[in-house]
Amino acid sequence: MSEISANLRTDAVIADPSASGRTAPGRPAARPQRRSRRRAMPGPIVLTALQAALFAALIIAWYALVRSKALPVFFFGDPVLVFQQIVSWFVTGEIFVHLATTLIETLLAFLLGVASGIGIGLWLGLSPLTAALFDPYIKALNAMPRVILGPIFIVWFGLGIGSKVALGVTLVFFVVFFNVFQGVREVNPVILANSRMLGANRRQLLTTVYIPSALSWVFSSLHMSVGMAFVGAVVGEYLGSARGVGYLILQAEATFDVNAVFAGIIVLTVFALVLDLAVTLVEKRLIVGKPKS
Amino acid sequence: MTFGLQPEAGPVRMPAPVGDLSAHAGPPPALLFDHVSVRFGAYTAVNDASLHVGDGEFVSIVGPTGCGKSTLLNVAAGLLEPSEGDICVYGRSLEGINADAGYLFQADALMPWRTALSNVITGLEYAGTERKAAERLGNEWLARVGLSGHGERFPHEMSGGMRKRVALAQTLIRDPKIVLMDEPFSALDVQTRVLMENELLQLWTTYRKSVLFITHDLEEAISLSDRVIILSAGPSTHPIAEFRIDLPRPRDVAEIRMTPRFVELYHQIWDAMKEEVLKAYERNQRKLAD
Repeated sequence: MSEISANLRTDAVIADPSASGRTAPGRPAARPQRRSRRRAMPGPIVLTALQAALFAALIIAWYALVRSKALPVFFFGDPVLVFQQIVSWFVTGEIFVHLATTLIETLLAFLLGVASGIGIGLWLGLSPLTAALFDPYIKALNAMPRVILGPIFIVWFGLGIGSKVALGVTLVFFVVFFNVFQGVREVNPVILANSRMLGANRRQLLTTVYIPSALSWVFSSLHMSVGMAFVGAVVGEYLGSARGVGYLILQAEATFDVNAVFAGIIVLTVFALVLDLAVTLVEKRLIVGKPKS
Repeated sequence: MTFGLQPEAGPVRMPAPVGDLSAHAGPPPALLFDHVSVRFGAYTAVNDASLHVGDGEFVSIVGPTGCGKSTLLNVAAGLLEPSEGDICVYGRSLEGINADAGYLFQADALMPWRTALSNVITGLEYAGTERKAAERLGNEWLARVGLSGHGERFPHEMSGGMRKRVALAQTLIRDPKIVLMDEPFSALDVQTRVLMENELLQLWTTYRKSVLFITHDLEEAISLSDRVIILSAGPSTHPIAEFRIDLPRPRDVAEIRMTPRFVELYHQIWDAMKEEVLKAYERNQRKLAD
């Protein structure tokens, strides 16, 4: 009975960290519980250190396994050589033209995808008849694995930037389209009625209620849209191109240079993280009137 | 308007001779419901409702929860077309949105992506008022509802009471002749509510709008209104009684509740609506049991 009550009390301590130092000083039963609390959630610095240590451990394990020939180096690469490859790309400046190409493709796919998604999303959202007419086709297009359109786009738009942008647009479009469509369909009816009572005509309802309301949904999917644009660009490059990080990987693979493949993957990952960070910054500036959840 | 003069002022049993009103000499009422019915499919929300709001009059509609009070208001606003009957605004049959009316909604109706000031001047923006003039007027109205200096705040940065003030300014800045209010203060805490009610009365005294106020709170209805109309329990809601409130003005909504005349009126009206409240309650219980 008393044990149960002690547990209950320490549970409360776990829930309320501010009270941790002050509770039950002379209660031995509480002490191990408190330690477990610290183990459950360390401070931010400790956490970062642990994360870095985990990373180092993984790299060292990789290195050890490859060097001890437990894993064949031909298939798994060597972390030291991978690192050297990345450094040499940046030192020679060879990588920048590829990074720039991928970045431009990503941005273009993102902008065009968002623009077309908003436009068509608004149109179908405001016109139930058109929406009903297109419904099965949109469902089919969305269900289709659209990466498979890559080869067709290469035939249509060539090996340059165009085919990659087209692939990215098909991926971004649906993310934005569904959000805008939903946003228009689920505009707060009270806000809509209020605007009508305040004297808004149809055009004013569109510009002051429907579009801002739909945009708040677009913002909530910015991360995903940018991610999709990036996937489109890289996969497009990988399918056939003359520039871009995806092209680097394609080339390395063709020469069985697994270290360069890994290096390319790491560069892409970092690139994606930076892109995501940039979106977060833009988001913070754009989303001012945060809608009530 | 001169009431409080007749000592026998009290319940006027329905059906009141509403039909006569249109034939009456003098200015037509601000709002006239002429045998209005509203049906949603097989469900009849409002059945044969006739009532009016005189020019500059403050009328409250009280009824049990879920009895279709908001439906009546939406008809008056022109957001909903009656299935039968007619709604007249200053003697003219209403078509489309009621341009003479402002509507204060029960739920938050502010645009979350606009600041308080920008929300207040939305109506002026729609009317094509020049930006600077609109903002000047907007700031005046913010001050009038006690929010000067808060113009740059977004709705999510304000309390429920502040948001209601913004909504009030947003509605009144357009200077509508009729103000429709749908339980506007029901979400506020009691103190804020009394404060807002007093401010509303002050604004009403200054600008003399015709007000149709909907509430389920009988005390609120009596302390604010010139006339209180009782609705039957839904479905097929219709007015069953109306009472003239002969309490002197100006009123303080907190203090007036202690006066003997208020208590007397309260008992009279409560007697009239008790049965309907019980009916609505039983219906809800049955719904829960199913």
